[in-house]
Amino acid sequence: MASLVGSRVERKEDKRFLTGKGRYTADINLANQTYAVFIRSPHARAKIKKIDTSKALKASGVVDILTGKHIAQDKIGGLIAGWAIRSEDGSEMKCPANPPLANDSVNFVGDPVAVVFAETLDEVKEAANLVDVDYKVLKAVTSLAHTMKSETIHEGIDKNLCYDWLLGDRQKVKEAFDKADRIIKLDIVNNRLIPNAMEPRACVIDYNTASEEITCYTTSQNPHLSRLIMSAFGGVAPENKLRVVAPDVGGGFGSKINLYNEEIVCSWAAKKIERPIKWVAERTESFLTDTHGRDHITHAELAVTNDGKFLGFKNETIANLGAYARVFGTVTPTYLFGPCATGVYVMPAAYSNVKAVYTNTAPVDAYRGAGRPEATYTIERIVDKAAIELGLDPIEIRMKNFPTEFPFKQTLVHQIDSGDYVSGLKKAKQMSDYDGFAARKKDSESKGKLRGIGVTTYFEACGIAPSPVVMMLGCGVGLWESAEVRFNPTGQVTVYTGSHSHGQSHQTTFAQIAADELGVPIENIDIVHGDTDKGTFGMGTYGSRSLAVGGVAIINACKKIVTKGKKIAAKMLEASEEEVEFKDGEFVVAKSNKKKTIGEVAFASYLPGVRDEVKSPLPEGEEPGLIESSFYDPSNFSFPAGSHICEVEIDPETGEVKLDKYTAVDDFGTIVNPLIVEGQVHGGLAQGIGQALYENAQYDETGQLITASYMDYTMPRADNFPEFNIGYTCTKATTNPLGVKGCGEAGTIAATPTVMNAVINALGGKEISLPATAEKVWKACKENKGSNAKAA
Amino acid sequence: MKKFNYHLVKDIKEAKKLSSPNSTFLAGGMTTIPSMKLGLGTYKDIIDIKGIKKLSGIKVSGKILKIGATTKHVEVANSKEVKKSIPSLAALAEGIGDPQVRNKGTIGGSIANNDPAADYPSACIALNASINTSNNRKIDSENFFRGLFETALKKGEIIESIEFEIPLKSNYQKFPNPASRYAIVGVYVSKYKSGTNVAVTGAKSCVYNDKDLSKALSNNFSSSAIDKVKISSSGMSSDIHASGNYRANMVKVFAKKAVEAC
Repeated sequence: MASLVGSRVERKEDKRFLTGKGRYTADINLANQTYAVFIRSPHARAKIKKIDTSKALKASGVVDILTGKHIAQDKIGGLIAGWAIRSEDGSEMKCPANPPLANDSVNFVGDPVAVVFAETLDEVKEAANLVDVDYKVLKAVTSLAHTMKSETIHEGIDKNLCYDWLLGDRQKVKEAFDKADRIIKLDIVNNRLIPNAMEPRACVIDYNTASEEITCYTTSQNPHLSRLIMSAFGGVAPENKLRVVAPDVGGGFGSKINLYNEEIVCSWAAKKIERPIKWVAERTESFLTDTHGRDHITHAELAVTNDGKFLGFKNETIANLGAYARVFGTVTPTYLFGPCATGVYVMPAAYSNVKAVYTNTAPVDAYRGAGRPEATYTIERIVDKAAIELGLDPIEIRMKNFPTEFPFKQTLVHQIDSGDYVSGLKKAKQMSDYDGFAARKKDSESKGKLRGIGVTTYFEACGIAPSPVVMMLGCGVGLWESAEVRFNPTGQVTVYTGSHSHGQSHQTTFAQIAADELGVPIENIDIVHGDTDKGTFGMGTYGSRSLAVGGVAIINACKKIVTKGKKIAAKMLEASEEEVEFKDGEFVVAKSNKKKTIGEVAFASYLPGVRDEVKSPLPEGEEPGLIESSFYDPSNFSFPAGSHICEVEIDPETGEVKLDKYTAVDDFGTIVNPLIVEGQVHGGLAQGIGQALYENAQYDETGQLITASYMDYTMPRADNFPEFNIGYTCTKATTNPLGVKGCGEAGTIAATPTVMNAVINALGGKEISLPATAEKVWKACKENKGSNAKAA
Repeated sequence: MKKFNYHLVKDIKEAKKLSSPNSTFLAGGMTTIPSMKLGLGTYKDIIDIKGIKKLSGIKVSGKILKIGATTKHVEVANSKEVKKSIPSLAALAEGIGDPQVRNKGTIGGSIANNDPAADYPSACIALNASINTSNNRKIDSENFFRGLFETALKKGEIIESIEFEIPLKSNYQKFPNPASRYAIVGVYVSKYKSGTNVAVTGAKSCVYNDKDLSKALSNNFSSSAIDKVKISSSGMSSDIHASGNYRANMVKVFAKKAVEAC
């Protein structure tokens, strides 16, 4: 049987998604449901003086209105940070309380203060307009650069500082810098982004008054984790009385990792009002209240020799947490960011110092890449700056500093098991026709245009993550993954996974690997996920972990199936267990050439006992059935890496940047389904390019989000991109049996610095901040022209 | 959305009869319906004029291209008559919004709404258009567009058709807002025997005829003539996507592009 791993199997999901038959949370309607609308703070920072619901309560169709007072009375807990980060001085991080409905103060525009339930959507919207909240408005803290000198937002959190974290050795860095020929310095702002999943957040809650069970259908990347938090920290219901279902979910990009206010409030309220509840975010609510991404200010320095060898690196960053610390909020700018700060290079000394601060803006959390894009952007920009200052080619300076032997102990944390950065960059150079750039530049110039080329090489730490490591670093849970493989008596297979697919096509990829392991046709394998009542506990999907961690759990469970199957087959084939070989779905005894298919063995396993021809194949002491589960905890992260090269053409008259060519060469280890991986790379590139050229979440000084709709927040569109030129190199991961590394975030990590390096190259090395919008580029062109004229 | 009464009317008379201070006319609804959904526009009566047959259609007679008010953008974009008489107008229609908008939105709706970043108003100014209304008025474009979302239309007055004067040559170039794809700056240049018009949309709170550019091009129809014109940033809109200075520059750049494409 040909292996399915590595083939372009068409997606099992396509029929459902492409014919509009997906079943998303908003598609779910329950009999007798009420509709919820949240009353949100219009102010970025204020004290709640009074909430008057009397008029609204009398409005047509209103069922109930609940506020933070009710939440407090019922002792419902708030939202939490999932990682406890310690400061350089050893002190614990400082996190404010984040009640699901604000009771005393509001801290960003969109912070919910009350919820209205009514019979219809029209009625609930009408009634919501009648809730009168009296605020004492306070001065908002919105400038990241000045946050530490601003008024204290949360009582007891001085300087609005959550932690002041250090990774690395300051003394060693100082020594390296003392020896350097040259210090390259760079100040950058990593722009704030809004994830913009196509499907807005939503939840539908059912409460069974007899069993007292709450079912929460929600838009989550990790339903088990949401249940755990809602139960253990929210106190909404014990876990056995709480079922969380994340059905089809239309994109997450990190923004649906978090359990949000609305899910806690509606789950709690459904029990209170004894009615089902439906809440669906409107697009502006998504802009205002989904967790945002990035938002760093960084000062970086790179110590180099005159011939371009790196000696040391420092990264001083202020990271915006927004108003509250959420699940991955505190780890994103630390352990997901700091270790990757030195990029793919041999860096004898380095440190990352991050001050994470609170502001009166929406909470900031993981967004596709989470920390790694910010780290990669900084190092890849400063390496290019070094190349410019030293007069080196950007490829040459990178080649000079690559590690060439693996495993490679990276400076700050990671032991990188495998990789080949030289081959990757060589391939990208060849695929992008790097050597033909000069001619293309000349051609552009003859049309009055500027042309630039940009290079990025990156690695990322994926396959999140070995539990002992992450728990030592402050994670509140282990990051293993679970799987259960069930053979039905008639031979089809159901695979339960604790990871969750919200665009990643697990139904196909996971079925491919199970099909290969079990020798069962892929049509006979179903993947079940996203329901805490179906399958074992799981940690969900983020950090390019599903295949490298969740996939391995499936393989391990399949291996257990085969082990048990061998015992049963041995008895059926009248041979010893050692004599039975399993291959392509068949248990074979070589000496007699007798065989049984795995389907036959499964059937037999469910029929213990003897009658006529049917004889129990179960060895003594063996339980009936063919169901196995596995919890897999990885021994290390996985380390995808790659080289991206792009070219831009700039019209100096308008400043418009046209992305003309884009080449991505990635090393994801084993590729299970090239079709799906291509989709992941394309999507990642779109978001990375979006950050470089278009996307920018902006608050004004009073804390109003001025990019709260698609009229102002520039989402990239298909016509903004060229045809992507995609290639791969492959060094298998040595720490998992599949050899996979993860591909979900690579494009986002690499594209932003690649595009910006090209823009800056086109501008003759002139620095420009993210995103490179037309007006900014136009100004830079004008300034260049002015200084050239002066020089002449 | 608040409740309202919906009336699909058959003729102008019926439409006028239903009109009140709490009503609005609906054609494509590409602005009206979103603003109702957002609660920005609330009406007791919605008077749908799409059923009035005489308001739709395209006709060329002599030097005049006449387009009925409820003619959709897609119809203008695909019309043989428009492509032949004023190809730049067909191209403009092809560049409005997205396919959904072009299949619903109408020329009369766009003009009556007078969004500062809409495309059609610039065509009206550049192409010496007159706006025919249900009050038997024939309003010159120059007098029609009064300010931000403001026109010469009176309450209850309906645009019936727009008459464009067919130019010797013309072209429309726009620099779209990267987010909304509305014009940050759109410049419509049209050359007649009597002179050249340069209409600008997106740059200010209302479409306008740039007299300096028009004069320069009337004297010398070439992009080099534009080089000498100074465009002031005073009165230019300024927002997160484009400052006044940048818009002023774009007016010049896109005027040149339009002349070069003529």
